[in-house]
Amino acid sequence: MSVSVTIESIEKRFDAFAALRGVSLDIQPAELVALLGPSGSGKTTLLRLIAGLEQADQGRVLFGETDMRDLSLRDRRIGFVFQHYALFRTMTVGENVAFGLKSRPRGQRPDDAEIRKRVGDLLELVQLPGLDKRYPSQLSGGQRQRVALARALAIEPRVLLLDEPFGALDARVRKDLRAWLRDLHRRTGHTTVFVTHDQEEALELADRVAILNDGRIEQVGSADDVYDHPATPFVCEFLGEVNKLPVKVVGSQAFFGDRPVLGGLSQNQGGQAALYVRPQHLRIVDDLPLALPGVVEHLRRNGPLRRAEVAVQGLAKRLDVDLASQVAPAIGEHIRLRITHGSLFAAA
Amino acid sequence: MSDAALPQFRTDTAQKRDTRRVRGEGVVVQAVLITISLAFLALFLLLPLVSVFVEAGARGWTAYMAAVTEPDAVAAIHLTLLVAGIAVPFNVVVGIAAAWAIAKFAFRGKNLLISLIDLPFSVSPVISGLVFVLLFGAQGYFGAWLKAHDVQIIFALPGLVLATVFVTFPFVARELIPHMQSLGSADEEAALTLGASGWRTFLTITLPNVKWSLFYGVLLCNARAMGEFGAVAVVSGKIRGLTNTMPLHVEILYNEYMSAAAFAVASLLAGLALVTLALKTLLEWHYSDSIAASRRH
Ligand SMILES: Nc1ncnc2c1ncn2[C@@H]1O[C@H](COP(=O)(O)OP(=O)(O)OP(=O)(O)O)[C@@H](O)[C@H]1O
Ligand SMILES: [Mg+2]
Repeated sequence: MSVSVTIESIEKRFDAFAALRGVSLDIQPAELVALLGPSGSGKTTLLRLIAGLEQADQGRVLFGETDMRDLSLRDRRIGFVFQHYALFRTMTVGENVAFGLKSRPRGQRPDDAEIRKRVGDLLELVQLPGLDKRYPSQLSGGQRQRVALARALAIEPRVLLLDEPFGALDARVRKDLRAWLRDLHRRTGHTTVFVTHDQEEALELADRVAILNDGRIEQVGSADDVYDHPATPFVCEFLGEVNKLPVKVVGSQAFFGDRPVLGGLSQNQGGQAALYVRPQHLRIVDDLPLALPGVVEHLRRNGPLRRAEVAVQGLAKRLDVDLASQVAPAIGEHIRLRITHGSLFAAA
Repeated sequence: MSDAALPQFRTDTAQKRDTRRVRGEGVVVQAVLITISLAFLALFLLLPLVSVFVEAGARGWTAYMAAVTEPDAVAAIHLTLLVAGIAVPFNVVVGIAAAWAIAKFAFRGKNLLISLIDLPFSVSPVISGLVFVLLFGAQGYFGAWLKAHDVQIIFALPGLVLATVFVTFPFVARELIPHMQSLGSADEEAALTLGASGWRTFLTITLPNVKWSLFYGVLLCNARAMGEFGAVAVVSGKIRGLTNTMPLHVEILYNEYMSAAAFAVASLLAGLALVTLALKTLLEWHYSDSIAASRRH
């Protein structure tokens, strides 16, 4: 049922503005891929291109082996869920969901009883049984979202495209729907691409995450891949909070000033570099080699975590340190920090 | 739950208090404003309308019936219905097409098209009529050619229809454009990805979405098509029983000092205006929810 999608060096301009510059991406059958990126990075444009709602200036999109341009919108069989749902306001929920089936050419159209049954099943699937007589204006945001999904699923799509599916919902509902979508994908197994600018959502939901910036894909990989081994400083900063240390690499060690702070480096690039370290990868240690001395200046709470701000000599910005289960230091205390994991990028 | 309900309750009362204070300060101003508006409405809008009906009925019911069933009057009523019957559907089709093009596509010259749609509103109706005489009249640009092929436009039905189409064109398009623009094209795109043909998308999505605006536009367009005087007067030639529409017939009767008959026919036009108004109000009142819903979101 599901099909692979191959995006080959797509270029898209709006007048003089280049929205996509050479985007390539291979999506496996039944894979769940997130397009993640800041506002204006081209996520929606790429999704619309895959759907065929926008024409590429260069490059092509393949469904399996077929060039998309050879298929009409109907034959592409794409389930597209729009950012603002685009439910048909003059139709009931049931009619919305049935629309795709009723739009089929006469020969392939199921009869009315069959359509009614399918609509019932789909509303069951999205956990809205019995709401088929309501109008979209009588639904909550989360319910509309699920109706839009049911409507898209009704045409038995080969590919499901979701544009910020949870964008307009509050944090609690987002979390619920996230788990629900993950589960739905597991059961239905559609090749799915969804757009989001919420890194947490992308990392939690997707098999693979593609990070877009300024019309280019910066990195594609599993959540662990992109989070722990970001390919570019942009990816590293976009995916979560990070401390930056200017270092000098000599041999297999990185030096902050004349103090070695990270060892065992495999890539012997040498010279000036920027070391990116997440707050949870800084640990307070007793006197050990490869440790960075500092003074605790602030303690604050960041959700479930306590966090220390540590001033380090020679560094303008204080380092953020997560105190997961460590004993909290006192303000003004002199401590030593050890970097357990970091990403090294050659200085720009 | 009760925590959430409490602040909401507070804002409600706060809002009520605010409106009351605003109203309280303005009691005198409010009374003056209402009196002025009501007096104006009564004097300039209601009084003339009432006087039309009073004058129409001044000679009694039989005289009234005689005036509106007299052959020239009947011919004028027929012609008016015929002209409106052609011009309104034409403007509906072209108006929808123009609104669609403007609202859903980006193209060169779009702003020019929007200004052009408003042109009939900004040009005096007399000039609108004269333009057609200039084009198709005996001395007009195409006059000789039309005469050679025995086609009569000016002083005949085609001229009346052309002038009416020109004058009433903006109503439908102007009602639809802002509505369609605010709706965007997401619904249509959704329908297309679901496999609907372009035609089905138009019939089941686009049209139902704007049906109330369209209905308003048609109502107003029709009222103006039947009531238009200036442009039609220029191209009509006022041949009794042949090229006189109702407004022209009224004027002729009036000029011939048959004011009771003139007001009798005029009362039909005034009646049309009242029906239009009533329909519009009824729609707004009865379907306010679904109208609001179709405009929202
Ligand atoms: N129809 C259009 N005409 C002109 N420019 C456009 C058009 N559509 C998109 N753009 C531009 O292309 C760029 C990418 O837009 P896109 O909608 O793909 O961003 P996005 O990543 O989806 O952003 P967001 O998270 O804000 O939705 C933006 O700079 C936008 O201004
Ligand atoms: Mg977007």
